[in-house]
Amino acid sequence: MNHTKKRIPLSFARFWAIVIKEFIQMRRDRLTFGMIIGIPVVQLMLFGYAINGDPKHLPTAVLLADNSQQGRSLLSALKNSDYFTFVREVKSEADADAALATGEVQFVVTIPENFGRTLLRGDRPTVLVEADATDPSATGNAIASLRTLLESALRQDLKGPLAFLAGSDGPVNLRVHARYNPEGISQYNIVPGLMGVVLTMTMVMITGLAITRERERGTMENLLSMPTRPLEVLLGKIIPYILVGYIQVGLILIAARFLFRVPMNGSIPLLMLTSLLFIAANLAMGITFSTLAKNQLQAVQMTFFFFLPSLLLSGFMFPFRGMPEWAQVIGEVLPLTHFLRVIRGILLKGNGFTEVVLQLWQIILFAAVVLTIGVKRYRRTLD
Amino acid sequence: MTVSFAIDVRGMTKRFGEQTVVNGIDLQVRSGEVYGFLGPNGSGKTTFIRMLCGLLAADAGEGTCLGLDVIRESESIKRQVGYMTQRFSFYEDLSIAENLDFVARMYAVENRREAVRDSIERLGLAGRQKQLAGELSGGWKQRLALAACMIHHPKLLLLDEPTAGVDPKARRDFWEQIHELAGQGLTFLITTHYMDEAERCDRLAYLSYGNLLTRGTAEEVVAGAGLTTWRVDGPDLQELARLLRGRAGVQQAVAFGTRLHVSGTDAAALERAIAPFLTERHSWQQIKPGLEDVFIHLMGSSKDNFSQ
Repeated sequence: MNHTKKRIPLSFARFWAIVIKEFIQMRRDRLTFGMIIGIPVVQLMLFGYAINGDPKHLPTAVLLADNSQQGRSLLSALKNSDYFTFVREVKSEADADAALATGEVQFVVTIPENFGRTLLRGDRPTVLVEADATDPSATGNAIASLRTLLESALRQDLKGPLAFLAGSDGPVNLRVHARYNPEGISQYNIVPGLMGVVLTMTMVMITGLAITRERERGTMENLLSMPTRPLEVLLGKIIPYILVGYIQVGLILIAARFLFRVPMNGSIPLLMLTSLLFIAANLAMGITFSTLAKNQLQAVQMTFFFFLPSLLLSGFMFPFRGMPEWAQVIGEVLPLTHFLRVIRGILLKGNGFTEVVLQLWQIILFAAVVLTIGVKRYRRTLD
Repeated sequence: MTVSFAIDVRGMTKRFGEQTVVNGIDLQVRSGEVYGFLGPNGSGKTTFIRMLCGLLAADAGEGTCLGLDVIRESESIKRQVGYMTQRFSFYEDLSIAENLDFVARMYAVENRREAVRDSIERLGLAGRQKQLAGELSGGWKQRLALAACMIHHPKLLLLDEPTAGVDPKARRDFWEQIHELAGQGLTFLITTHYMDEAERCDRLAYLSYGNLLTRGTAEEVVAGAGLTTWRVDGPDLQELARLLRGRAGVQQAVAFGTRLHVSGTDAAALERAIAPFLTERHSWQQIKPGLEDVFIHLMGSSKDNFSQ
């Protein structure tokens, strides 16, 4: 065969026809176009100001067992420091444990009995700092600053004849307990968090397309002509994906256990219950996007509009307490924020129901509000 | 004997923004009747049907559908009405049996399995029930859609252009089925663009730009138009039509196959207008106007109130 295949030459006119058509279609879909322009701007402002890898003002409790002047100096130095915010004084070891377990505080500083006396005797008393190290990046800088903080606090008290106490090793012995994740392995923090991130993305996306797909394929008209109620349709579309979500949970838990060796200190059934609520909350969000979006593209865009703050403001990628107040308020609304606290709490801290119940309520509240909007927005007619 | 109406509505109106798409339509459809709904594209037929079955909220109007209030009881109406959409609107990624089963569940049909099996058998699809709906040809899709919207034994069927894109044989079979079902007491409201289908309806209504222009049996509609029609045979009919159009008395000169139909409402004026053309070249014959003549006439005489 030696006949050559005849090819039409590239035509500028045809290429240009496609360009023009694309522009016309882009202009017709105003919302999509607005989101293409608007989302980067909003997110630049949001994340540019919100994200901070060096969290300060971390909530700290103090167990003050010694009423000496030196002990009180330490306390007031903590109160005035940049990295620590004194929240309250705890009275016992059990109190301290509880405050760390619920995540109320990031640090507990224990100033032992006879601290002042031991110090003055020159015996270098031990100051114990217990840190919630589930997220190692949140505590690192604060712990690093501790030694200088203690020394400069005591310098005031150790003047003149006592100056020799502030010797080369420092006046006190600082002991840091990185609780829950003593080796500071970031996988222990990231892998459970990833479960939440993966669920957020897939669950919102899948259901986000659920109603818009019916509308785009023309099957919505048929569905609406049948005697159905909005709640039947919306719940009916949510339930199958809960199963899908559970499969994801199972896969990630198996990987966490056997590949990443993430400790599992708490109750797995409790984790499953939490996952159920979290999956439902995300599905409710997706189905509500679905009632708001005009087409599948818009639904996907809305998903990303929800997903990015979830990723960045929930405490998954950056320490939650590093963000400014307003960003924390936004973060508190997102179900992922609460889910992260629960899953890290259960797996790493061994939290039980009482420690996580507050977070569970916030996930339920989110799901209920969002689903209500979805049901209200679901149009029963084609108007 | 009192006549019972399956549909009895007055003043049905629907606006989309500034446009009045359905403008105060009154319609009575007797039980057991096959009612044809005609009119050009965009005349409001689909919108009117959607209001009847609660898919669109009417802006004005009142009346009953199957004895139920058409505005307030649309949920109950939906249970007793089968609506076949213009575009195939069942799930293409579900099989025939799965689609029917879904619909049967939605209407809480009693003895669901049996109803689905019967429906598949009646369709003549027993061997292909596992085939995906998306793989069916146009004619089979339409049969599936009809079977699906009848699975809950509705009393009234609203069929929106059920035979668009369906081959002549399938169309013929379809209409035979319609008349058989009408004989069993079902009521049909069917939109169509085909004249042969219009002629098979017991009664007709013609819509244009949201207004109901005429209604009645085919004879009544034709008689009501008061049209006189001449049929012309011969060569160069396009040229003849061009010459006739615009002459006083000639309201339309339209090709029907290889012939020309020349019509007007004033028989005397029409005769005067065509007199110069009654030559040996063409054979002229006055005929009884058909529905199509009347509908073309109606379409031409109603003005487009949407165009600016």
